Amino acid sequence: MSGLVSGLRKAAPQLACLAVILFFNWLAFPGFFDLRLQDGRLFGSLVDVLNRGAPVAILAIGMTAVIASKGVDLSVGAVMAMAGAVAATMTVEGYSLPVVLLSSLAVGIACGVLNGLLVAVLELQPIVATLILMVAGRGIAQLITEGVIVTFVEPGLIFFGTGSFLGLPMPVIIAAALALLTVLVVRRTALGMLIESIGVNRSASTYAGINSRLLIVMIYTFCGFCAALAGIIAAADIRGADANNAGLWLELDAILAVVIGGTSLLGGRFSILMSVLGAIIIQSMNTGILISGFPPEYNLIVKAAVIILILLVQAASLSGFKLLLRPGAAATARKAEA
Amino acid sequence: MTSSRLLPFYATLVIFLLAYAVCVIQFPNMLSTRVLGNLLTDNAFLGIAAVGMTFVIISGGIDLSVGSVIGFTSVLIAVLVTWYGVHPLAAFCIALTIATVFGAAMGAVIHYLDVPAFIVTLAGMFLARGMAFVITTDSIPIAHEFYTTLHGLYFRMPGGGRLTLIGGLMVIVFLAGIVVAHYTRFGSYVYAIGGNRTSAELMGVPVARTTIGIYALSGFLSGLAGVVFSLYTSAGYSLSAVGVELDTIAAVVIGGTLLTGGVGLVAGTFVGVIIQGLIQTYIVFDGTLSSWWTKIVVGLLLFAFIALQRLLVVLSARKGSSQVATP
Repeated sequence: MSGLVSGLRKAAPQLACLAVILFFNWLAFPGFFDLRLQDGRLFGSLVDVLNRGAPVAILAIGMTAVIASKGVDLSVGAVMAMAGAVAATMTVEGYSLPVVLLSSLAVGIACGVLNGLLVAVLELQPIVATLILMVAGRGIAQLITEGVIVTFVEPGLIFFGTGSFLGLPMPVIIAAALALLTVLVVRRTALGMLIESIGVNRSASTYAGINSRLLIVMIYTFCGFCAALAGIIAAADIRGADANNAGLWLELDAILAVVIGGTSLLGGRFSILMSVLGAIIIQSMNTGILISGFPPEYNLIVKAAVIILILLVQAASLSGFKLLLRPGAAATARKAEA
Repeated sequence: MTSSRLLPFYATLVIFLLAYAVCVIQFPNMLSTRVLGNLLTDNAFLGIAAVGMTFVIISGGIDLSVGSVIGFTSVLIAVLVTWYGVHPLAAFCIALTIATVFGAAMGAVIHYLDVPAFIVTLAGMFLARGMAFVITTDSIPIAHEFYTTLHGLYFRMPGGGRLTLIGGLMVIVFLAGIVVAHYTRFGSYVYAIGGNRTSAELMGVPVARTTIGIYALSGFLSGLAGVVFSLYTSAGYSLSAVGVELDTIAAVVIGGTLLTGGVGLVAGTFVGVIIQGLIQTYIVFDGTLSSWWTKIVVGLLLFAFIALQRLLVVLSARKGSSQVATP
């Protein structure tokens, strides 16, 4: 219970931010909080926010692990495009749904392993290592679809984009399940702490006996898996694979979601749920701008303003901490909290 | 040490010459000043932006806002010239001033708030693209006689190739970049900050002024690339030059500049830009290859060069007994 309270306190700025955005959305569109049940499925703007935000939330889950290890994965958008291209092309060629899903996820996992090997074994900077796939990946996706938008009508695959389960859209269910599973795995085992220790100081962690190479490869593999999952959902949503535009710039949204969630780009402490919250904040902003009748062109400016605001707040709170706490006191406080 | 640092550049140069030789053997027409002239003209905006990116990356930073600033400048110029009847030269000055101030502001945020350049310039990328969208989402053609005059300016090379104004401008920017990087105090400051920021600060390098200067330079050159792009396409469109920052980063890396900072050559970036142009030209000459092969080949080249650089760094670290191996 006390864990929940301290968690809520830590999330206070983000929750306040979300509340303000939702309030403005409500001002702009009074029916914003209306929910109705139709054909055993919830409808409403709030559900829509969750539904549209699901792919970025899924990317952000994988990205959080990568950023916590002091890395970054720029290739997730391109991996989404590749996974979607594989799923659509194989569906059109008549493969069964399990085969399609497994191959599509396998593509994401393979990309993740490649990124992980480049970072862990060749010891490339993560930005550079994943830049390679970011540039080449979209080309490969176009190679798979042969430059056209491959459309499909297979109901099983479409279900992942537009179906519903327990009254909620399928993407929301998938994102929520993935978030819960990931939180359980990283927080009920030592895995989360190991990732944080690599992010804070990789060589010290290695000397302390952590197999940092294997762990980093696993982290990037997980991120690739998440990207492939998001890619399948994105393709299923539009019933087609668009190698040029699927997941375009979503890597930046995912990184932004993680940063809004309070995970430092310099590695270390991370929170999966906060990143998901970050993704929801971004999507509420997008939806708000759309339904308030502003031209969508303002979207990017608002996004930029939010990043700058968060940077200022973080910088201010950081200098405040430095004044309040002696060096080393922060670590003790953190230990006491845990 | 110095020679091993130059190795990636030589490797790039050799690969370029080999690739060009292969192209010429297959398509003898590629060995003409016409093709060379087009290479320079078609990649002028990319090259000019890449010079700025080289300085940023040598200083250990990154600038993701390049493509958006190019798009923003091209839209701004088109609107000023077509809707408000401003003379193109005045429009260029306004656009370049805004781009420079924009870059300087990003540099100031990076330095004074101590935030990763990645995030700050990401915000800058959204902001510049957003401003371009707000100005207009339409594609605006520019039909000004000054543009026609500028298009008519070119130097006819032997063999019939045209060195256009924008192609020539790119070469001049590269030459100026080489001079600034190697023969001015600012250039040495950039290398010093990229090599080790703390040491540079202790040695008396004005880190604040230099960081702001680096991003202002990158902003200015992105703006200039926008001007060139506007001349190249005779139009302004808010969605243009999307993803150019990736092409410039790729050109810089292929040119042998280390993304860890401190090591790199402006001349290498020139070769990096021309290699990318060569791949595209080859695809055009071949006619059966699809455009996506450009992306795949550039990705493979990136990988090859980064692996090569890594190898050289590891080797030189082993050779130097006093050096501490990077973790």
